[in-house]
Amino acid sequence: MSSLTGVTGAAAERAQALIPMELQIRGAHLYDKARRFVTRTNGHKIFVEKPIPAVEEVALADIDLSNPFLYRQGKWQSYFERVRNEAPVHFQANSPFGPFWSVTRHADIIAVDKDHETFSAEPFIIIGEPPRFMDVAMFIAMDPPKHDRQRAAVQGVVAPKNLREMEALIRTRVREVLDDLPLGEPFNWVDRVSIELTARMLATLLDFPYDQRRKLVEWSDLASSMEQANGGPSDNDEVFRGFVDAARGLSALWRDKQARLAAGEEPGFDLITMLQSNEATKDLIDRPMEFLGNLILLIVGGNDTTRNSMSGGVLALNRFPDQFEKVKANPELIPNMVSEIIRWQTPLAYMRRVAKKDTILNGQFIRKGDKLVMWYASGNRDERVFDRPDDLIIDRSNARNHISFGFGVHRCMGNRLAEMQLRILWEELLPRFEKIELVGEPEYVQSNFVRGISRLSVRLTAKSDA
Amino acid sequence: MSVVTFISHDGEKHEAPLEVGRSLMQVAVDNMVPGVDGDCGGEAACGTCHVIVDDQWVAAVGRSGPVEEEMLAMNPERESTSRLSCQMAVCADWDGLVVRLPEFQM
Repeated sequence: MSSLTGVTGAAAERAQALIPMELQIRGAHLYDKARRFVTRTNGHKIFVEKPIPAVEEVALADIDLSNPFLYRQGKWQSYFERVRNEAPVHFQANSPFGPFWSVTRHADIIAVDKDHETFSAEPFIIIGEPPRFMDVAMFIAMDPPKHDRQRAAVQGVVAPKNLREMEALIRTRVREVLDDLPLGEPFNWVDRVSIELTARMLATLLDFPYDQRRKLVEWSDLASSMEQANGGPSDNDEVFRGFVDAARGLSALWRDKQARLAAGEEPGFDLITMLQSNEATKDLIDRPMEFLGNLILLIVGGNDTTRNSMSGGVLALNRFPDQFEKVKANPELIPNMVSEIIRWQTPLAYMRRVAKKDTILNGQFIRKGDKLVMWYASGNRDERVFDRPDDLIIDRSNARNHISFGFGVHRCMGNRLAEMQLRILWEELLPRFEKIELVGEPEYVQSNFVRGISRLSVRLTAKSDA
Repeated sequence: MSVVTFISHDGEKHEAPLEVGRSLMQVAVDNMVPGVDGDCGGEAACGTCHVIVDDQWVAAVGRSGPVEEEMLAMNPERESTSRLSCQMAVCADWDGLVVRLPEFQM
């Protein structure tokens, strides 16, 4: 935590309210530039990709699961498997993100996730820290009761009741995107389908100008790819420029909606309107870092996750072609397949906690203040819970026991929307296309947090009777 | 044989045999009662096994405790007799129990 918020939190909050958002970000940027100059780290990447050795060649204590190339290099399965079996609660003393515990088994992850009295989500849920003075506040990284108040203000938008109203709209948008796809020639599925569909959904949820929807994706990608935060590839200068742009765009959206409401327009059913009509959040814009934090949380929450499950599903069904045949023959398996895809992909690798008191977890003594990383990606491959855990099995009976949404008070609030989007996508894909073939190998994102696919070249064959 | 009845939000009834010692969520899942998911496997950590206990059964089965409240408190469909069925261990004297299901699990 930055000393500013730690030592003089109240004063900082007052200062925050007085200094315009944009100036605060520029100030933080200036600070960061000075820091990099003084520490002579300017222009040096913290992470440079090197081949990762086979897990057998590494001593248990040296295993560093925070390496942002583990997923890209296809080494994550063997690394997590060894840690799960030999040291399920594993300590790494010297990572670039400082010392941390890895919690790798399904049961231990649930135990930590549900115990917010012992394990705090504050101040961040990623393993590292964002640049100093850019520590925006989001409710995913708040403990109850503040968390509950802020979450309650927005969760109605994606609550199951309202999803019924959205289903037809989502289906229309999915059809538009699929109708536009080229047949018989390779194209990048990630850009044309996964990103495009999530961008459309986000613009709708926020009532953001539809023609500028890709901006939401840009901001989200920058926010979730910071080097110091999770080993991502983003340059800090880019991130700061992106945040200024996001602060401007989102404030304009907020003010515009306020003005329209004041002018007597019917309140819309979107996240901004909901925030504005809730007592706990109606003045959110006066707390800039919280404003920015919570909006970015909602954007990131609906972006990387659904996008990579849309890509991951295509990848998984190409790796396990018998399962594609199975779902074509039994489309009623789609809902269970959606859960299984979310398990198999696990679009976000982990959430982090900090111990609020000394405790014991699966035989390991955890000291107050220790950092713990709950590796959802590992819990979802735990052989104690899932048979043949690395295989996609679309009719797996316990697919819903996957851990990708987290458990406890921070459980993903968009889970039902995500499931619906994926279900509709596959309901629309199956009758249209005979084959969805992977061409070449996918490209993966650099991160220890986002398990992302950046490029997935795909060739479609239409159904003969379509 | 003891029996529990789950009533869906649109009135459809599903009966299931009660097995003493198992949780009511397990009873529902074992008997494929639609509308009960039990995603976390019985840890009171997901809120997807929400049931609403019929008024006349509240005294017998009890009300939700603080652990259940963590998940129930944020649920827009919660009612005063809401429970997480994974935290309800079936007792021998529950024969004839009636619970309603919410329209949606969270």
